[in-house]
Amino acid sequence: MRADLDIIQDWITPNSKVLDLGCGDGELLAYLQQEKNITGYGVEFDHDNITTCIEKGINVVEKNIDEGLASIQDSSFDTVIMTQALQVMYHPDQIVDEMLRIGKECIVTFPNFGHWRARGYLAFRGRMPVSKFLPYTWYNTPNIHFCTFKDFEQLCVERNIHILERTVVDNEHKHHWSIRLWPNMLGEVAIYRITR
Amino acid sequence: MPQSIPEGSVGIVTPQTIHFDQPLALACGRQLDSYDLVIETYGSLNADASNAVLVCHALSGNHHLAGYHSPDDKKPGWWDSAIGPGKPIDTDKFFVIGLNNLGGCHGSTGPRSTNPETDKPFGPDFPIMTVADWVESQARLADHFGIYQWAAIVGGSLGGMQALQWAIDYPQRLRHCMVIAAAPKLSAQNIAFNEVARQAISRDPDFNNGHFYENGKVPKTGLMLARMLGHITYLSDDGMREKFGRELREGKISYDFNPQFEIESYLRYQGEQFSKAFDANTYLLMTKALDYFDPAADHDHNLADAVSNVQCKFMVISFTTDWRFSPERSREIVDALVTAEKRVSYAEIDSHNGHDAFLIPNPRYMDIFSAYMKQVVADIPQTGKENN
Repeated sequence: MRADLDIIQDWITPNSKVLDLGCGDGELLAYLQQEKNITGYGVEFDHDNITTCIEKGINVVEKNIDEGLASIQDSSFDTVIMTQALQVMYHPDQIVDEMLRIGKECIVTFPNFGHWRARGYLAFRGRMPVSKFLPYTWYNTPNIHFCTFKDFEQLCVERNIHILERTVVDNEHKHHWSIRLWPNMLGEVAIYRITR
Repeated sequence: MPQSIPEGSVGIVTPQTIHFDQPLALACGRQLDSYDLVIETYGSLNADASNAVLVCHALSGNHHLAGYHSPDDKKPGWWDSAIGPGKPIDTDKFFVIGLNNLGGCHGSTGPRSTNPETDKPFGPDFPIMTVADWVESQARLADHFGIYQWAAIVGGSLGGMQALQWAIDYPQRLRHCMVIAAAPKLSAQNIAFNEVARQAISRDPDFNNGHFYENGKVPKTGLMLARMLGHITYLSDDGMREKFGRELREGKISYDFNPQFEIESYLRYQGEQFSKAFDANTYLLMTKALDYFDPAADHDHNLADAVSNVQCKFMVISFTTDWRFSPERSREIVDALVTAEKRVSYAEIDSHNGHDAFLIPNPRYMDIFSAYMKQVVADIPQTGKENN
């Protein structure tokens, strides 16, 4: 399993109701269904991913998350998850608000634009960072709303969002002592567990 | 039929008629003392009757889902694209049943049948059927075959409504429910179109208040108009533009009221063909069954409440340009199932074929259909496979 998913699964209560926004091929939901007996739904937009989920017997609902989640009732999920998709949303702040409305708890992961490599790329080359991890150029990237950990935490303060837990990892989703020391510079992916 | 039976076809098939003697109580308060259902089956039923798939038909459909009745048939059954060996509903794995619903005009008891009380055709006196009545009659059909639990019930449009009603009425009797291009109830606009169609039929002088069998005449014009109107709602604006545009049959305008645009002659042709093959009383009855369908009505209009007891897994599919039962209507079903914590997947297929898209093979539609049916196969109890 993808290392960030391994960290997330630890935060899911057995037998709970889980919504995975941008569930991909359903890997996390399949695992949670198997191991934690959750009632899970994935939301996905990519056609191939949807077919794969259906083949695996994962509940998947085709939907463009940017169109909103208004049809889902308040607090109807125990946990709402969004991994590595916040930065592609048109209105990431509104999505976070919506996630907190429909879920009692939320888990959000995103790449850290404050990582030293991104900072160095922009500082020394004077161009938007392109890396193996973020391989797009500015005009074709789906990542339209990059932020740093500090930016996200600032949003949490402004919106009265309570951060229950934060894990910062590198590209391979490993924690190093150095990342814990200087997360916004050295961490590449943050995994936040938040609630209102 | 083509020169030889095409690959993936179920081949030559023969309908059968099954007689039921146990009276069927209907929602309207009346009952049918006895009745016939005409059916077709494909594939073979396994030892513990756990691999059966029921396919419910839409407004003008019938029991002839796939294959050919004779080598002279030009066209196969109406869902041949989805049913056959290696197709999404794989007849190598499933035992598939198609039936003509009660009130139909393809062999099952309906308005054309003789009313035992009068020894004349029922005509307009045939009781109005509801989707729930059909489900009840289909449950008796399942009993007839010793099928306690369907592997899946599949239907498009009005057929999808029957599949949904099954899941509500008999939660234990199906493992999977596939609801395609359907809606949880008709909108005012849907009912309005149905009413115009009904008026076209009932105002045809040859309709004779539904007692037209005796006169040897049928309300051809009315049926034709009803079908032409219906047909427009089955297509999309884009699809029509692409297929017909403003093409002229003779290449120039003739300044008279004869059909000149391709779309005009197409609709006339479709209406004409339909009016030869379909029964006017059945058309009225089927549109009423559509109008009345509203499973949430008994649950304070809360669909999530209506589906609170369903057990099966759902696959809901809609098509982008379907404006008769638009994707929003399918999403109402999905939302209710999610609220009720039921298992459901949903796909919205890009197609310019409007409501008709559910009958037309499209690569993504068939991929999703096949992917889901693989789950249905996987859920056939293992004992059944060993005994087979």
